[in-house]
Amino acid sequence: MSITERTTTSPVAEFVPRRHPWRIVGIVVVLLAALALAAVVVLNPRFQWNVVFHYLFDPRILSGLWMTIFLTFIAMVVGLVIGVVIAVMRVSASRTLRWSSGFYIWFFRGTPVLVQLVFWYNLGYLFPDISIGIPFADPWFTARTNDLITPLLAAILGLGLNEGAYLAEIIRAGILSVSSGQREAATSIGMTRAQSFRRIVLPQAMRVIIPPTGNETIGMLKSTSLVSVIALSDLMYSAQSIYSRTFEVIPLLLTASVWYLVLTSILSFGQSKIEDHFGRGVTAEAGLSGRNGMLHMLRRTGRKA
Amino acid sequence: MSAIIATTSTSVTVEDVRKSYHHHEVLKGVSFTVPANTVTSILGPSGSGKSTLLRCINRLIPIDGGTIRVGDQLIGYENRGGRYHELSDRDLCRQRQRIGMVFQNFNLFPHMTVLANLVEGPQVVQRRPRRETETEARELLALVGLAEKADQYPGQLSGGQQQRVAIARALAMKPELILFDEPTSALDPELVGEVLDVMRRLADEARTTMIVVTHEIGFAREVSDQVVFMADGVVEAAGAPTVVLDPDHSPRIRSFLARGLH
Repeated sequence: MSITERTTTSPVAEFVPRRHPWRIVGIVVVLLAALALAAVVVLNPRFQWNVVFHYLFDPRILSGLWMTIFLTFIAMVVGLVIGVVIAVMRVSASRTLRWSSGFYIWFFRGTPVLVQLVFWYNLGYLFPDISIGIPFADPWFTARTNDLITPLLAAILGLGLNEGAYLAEIIRAGILSVSSGQREAATSIGMTRAQSFRRIVLPQAMRVIIPPTGNETIGMLKSTSLVSVIALSDLMYSAQSIYSRTFEVIPLLLTASVWYLVLTSILSFGQSKIEDHFGRGVTAEAGLSGRNGMLHMLRRTGRKA
Repeated sequence: MSAIIATTSTSVTVEDVRKSYHHHEVLKGVSFTVPANTVTSILGPSGSGKSTLLRCINRLIPIDGGTIRVGDQLIGYENRGGRYHELSDRDLCRQRQRIGMVFQNFNLFPHMTVLANLVEGPQVVQRRPRRETETEARELLALVGLAEKADQYPGQLSGGQQQRVAIARALAMKPELILFDEPTSALDPELVGEVLDVMRRLADEARTTMIVVTHEIGFAREVSDQVVFMADGVVEAAGAPTVVLDPDHSPRIRSFLARGLH
């Protein structure tokens, strides 16, 4: 009875959104905790922040930084090229290709990257000379291994070949995530296998490939610090060589960490941009991609406050 | 309609086609002929090998025996000196360009706009100029009633709209033959009509050769020139719809019709 009365008196009722008082409490708690943490870190003189910032733009640190960026980039490019090739071999119809690519992954994923770096660096110990030619005949070209394998090349080989094995599995998962109907459709319009892979399968696989590859890139950024064992002066090695003389161990490790954080932040931002790009057609219908969804939420909470 | 599609349609001859999967024979010697510019519906209970047969015609699936001819061309093989030599991938791709296909689950490319889906084949496979293919694609979209959807993504369309785009995508290659694999089976009942309408117009106005695997008995009756009824990997009956789709034709057809007419 009362319901009918209300609907007749006010046909257009106002919608009142639900209140979330505990969210406000949560925000306050987190803010206080963050302030407390910041105070403890900033006000503690033993962190020696002045030293941290003194070395932040030191030429040695900066040149190490460039080496780290360069190594990460080259190793990822090498890894991606190898990864695509090995992944395609893994899903190929030929048993020979499947098995040999499986062996590659088994070996390079199964041994520590540190060992691989040292191995490439000391290749000259196992093979003093490298020759190109037909086996058991006079070679066309011979060189001393130690002249060919510089520390930089050893680092690129060690990091890149290892990364290729991991990326191959990531890319294979991406390829398998694309439905067989997509391949059938591409084949039915007369595409060759290569065209179908490049134009139809890979772009869709990218959605699955990008997030773990972003992880791998960030992991690689830090793995490059392993090259200090083969005396290549990356960011970490530069910091070490400074604190080994000044004994300001913690501040210089912080200096390096600041740079690592800056680089990972840039990479994460780039990753979300790339994800948006390859999410075309999939996130479009949902209306809210990951980041826009966050923005949307922020705007909503902001309006209420 | 016929102006844009401007295709020369072709006949199809399927002769004694066999196909096995793991010692299970799916097709046990299938033969029938589809004259040019006609519509053939393939009906039959599920598991009778209809979809497999359709995929053999454009060699998405290689066959184990028999021959398939589209027009005067042997599919998948070349007769040299009395022996059938298997064609290279490149030649197979060339043959498939002449044969359009529409899938049960549409299989539009989700990362491309509707327009890009249509021009993909003409531009990438046939290497035709951009402007020309885009103009044609827009005309084809208008033809299937989706001109305003050119810049949307497939995920934003209803199932019926997606399937009409898929038909337009097949037409964009100017095929001589179009294969339909249960084109309305994945659709909500109220969307079936719009897709069947487009197919009906293709048959009536463009006179494209069509082979349609379907469960739509009404469509088979009204639109087809020929019905092929398959059961257990063989052709049980083939002929005019009124002849084949007659409950008195055989007990199998009677039980199939009884189930379908619910």
